[in-house]
Amino acid sequence: MNWYRNLACIAFVVASGMACIAVTRTAAGTEPNAAAADATEVKIDNFTFAPGTITVPKGTTVNWTNRDDIPHTVVAEDKTTFKSKALDTDDKFSYTFDKPGTYSYFCSLHPKMTAKVIVQ
Amino acid sequence: MSHSKKDEIQVDHNHDGVDRRGFLKCMAWAGTGTICLMSGGVLKSYSLSRLAELDPSQMKGELSFAQISDSHMGFNKAANPDVVATLKAAVAKINALPTPPEFLLHTGDISHLAKPEEFDTVDQILKGAVAKDVFFVPGEHDFVGDDGQQYRERYAKGSKGAGWYSFDKKNVHFVGLVNVQNLKAGGLGSLGRDQLEWLEDDVKSLGSSTPVIVFAHIPLWSIYPDWGWGTEDSAQALSYLKRFGSVTVLNGHIHQTMQKVEGNVTFHTAASTAFPQPEPGKADSPGPMKVPAEQLRSLLGVTDVNFVRGKHAVAIVDKKLNQPDQVSQENQPSNY
Repeated sequence: MNWYRNLACIAFVVASGMACIAVTRTAAGTEPNAAAADATEVKIDNFTFAPGTITVPKGTTVNWTNRDDIPHTVVAEDKTTFKSKALDTDDKFSYTFDKPGTYSYFCSLHPKMTAKVIVQ
Repeated sequence: MSHSKKDEIQVDHNHDGVDRRGFLKCMAWAGTGTICLMSGGVLKSYSLSRLAELDPSQMKGELSFAQISDSHMGFNKAANPDVVATLKAAVAKINALPTPPEFLLHTGDISHLAKPEEFDTVDQILKGAVAKDVFFVPGEHDFVGDDGQQYRERYAKGSKGAGWYSFDKKNVHFVGLVNVQNLKAGGLGSLGRDQLEWLEDDVKSLGSSTPVIVFAHIPLWSIYPDWGWGTEDSAQALSYLKRFGSVTVLNGHIHQTMQKVEGNVTFHTAASTAFPQPEPGKADSPGPMKVPAEQLRSLLGVTDVNFVRGKHAVAIVDKKLNQPDQVSQENQPSNY
């Protein structure tokens, strides 16, 4: 799981004082993190993104994991900024938010599922 | 034809020949195998156990087809680990219908993740149906990843836009609509302006007595907006059909059977062949509903549609997969 890798990474950074590149398993539109400690998790379950609103500093990589028994997608409201493929149960998607702003997103299969990421 | 007076709908508050209270009563029986036969706007209901009393010419109909929906090929979670088996059972149910269907309508979510092997498997299973022609409309699952490109190549050659089209069978006009493309955040199903303009043009030169059957994946009436069970711009589509004497709307998406009559329009949703979903508001979310294994097939099914010309009668009968097949015509007693 990503967060184990990130935790190991943080420990390494603390121990050695060196930058750590964590390669997370991702879909299109992501980049390797320079500072893995800023990753944030969103769980998809029961037709809901949880937490529905997260606030993160710019440069954060957000990771989505689908725990539902039905596929979902993670698609920016403008359908361009980020757009995952269909995530079946246990599939993941990540996106790194470099620019501040409010990013509303939804599931393109079930458009009533909406949430947002606020980047500061 | 003998039938008791109490089966004929008497109360006609809106003076349009349709007894809504009677139809609601009819709807409540639908899950147990009731035929609601609308004849020239007058509704008669018969339970299947009283089939022997019915005039065969009323029942046989001139146009017979079956609707299947939401096969979700590729789904393999607890609610149904074997959607291949239940789709095969649905085909067997179709093949055992008392009046063989001339063709099938599939109202979408053919696949679960729009994968080629999922479409291939459904095609292969449907080859076993007695009806060789299948007309499809896509569900949102069929558009995942490629916005419907594969779907259109396989099932909608010669269609317009996202895959809408129309055809005629024995002077009944069928319209296949696509309401699963370009869904917007927080929105419902959507037809879009291009499709609506096409629809208006498509039906404008038809006589008002031409029966029209519209099929689309997401319901064209507002069943439960919180769960996305509705289409934003369906009212406009229905306005183009207002003048027709008989309009039937067949949908899927909600994985349960539901009916509504509004004026000359009968709305009906089909069960899934893959897994059931909860009734509106009866669960936190509209996801796959797990039931004990022995109950699953009582919540999956196909829909048998018979159209009787001249009376604008459409008989819509939901057949659950666990119901025994009806006895064929040859075996009926002679007074039937």
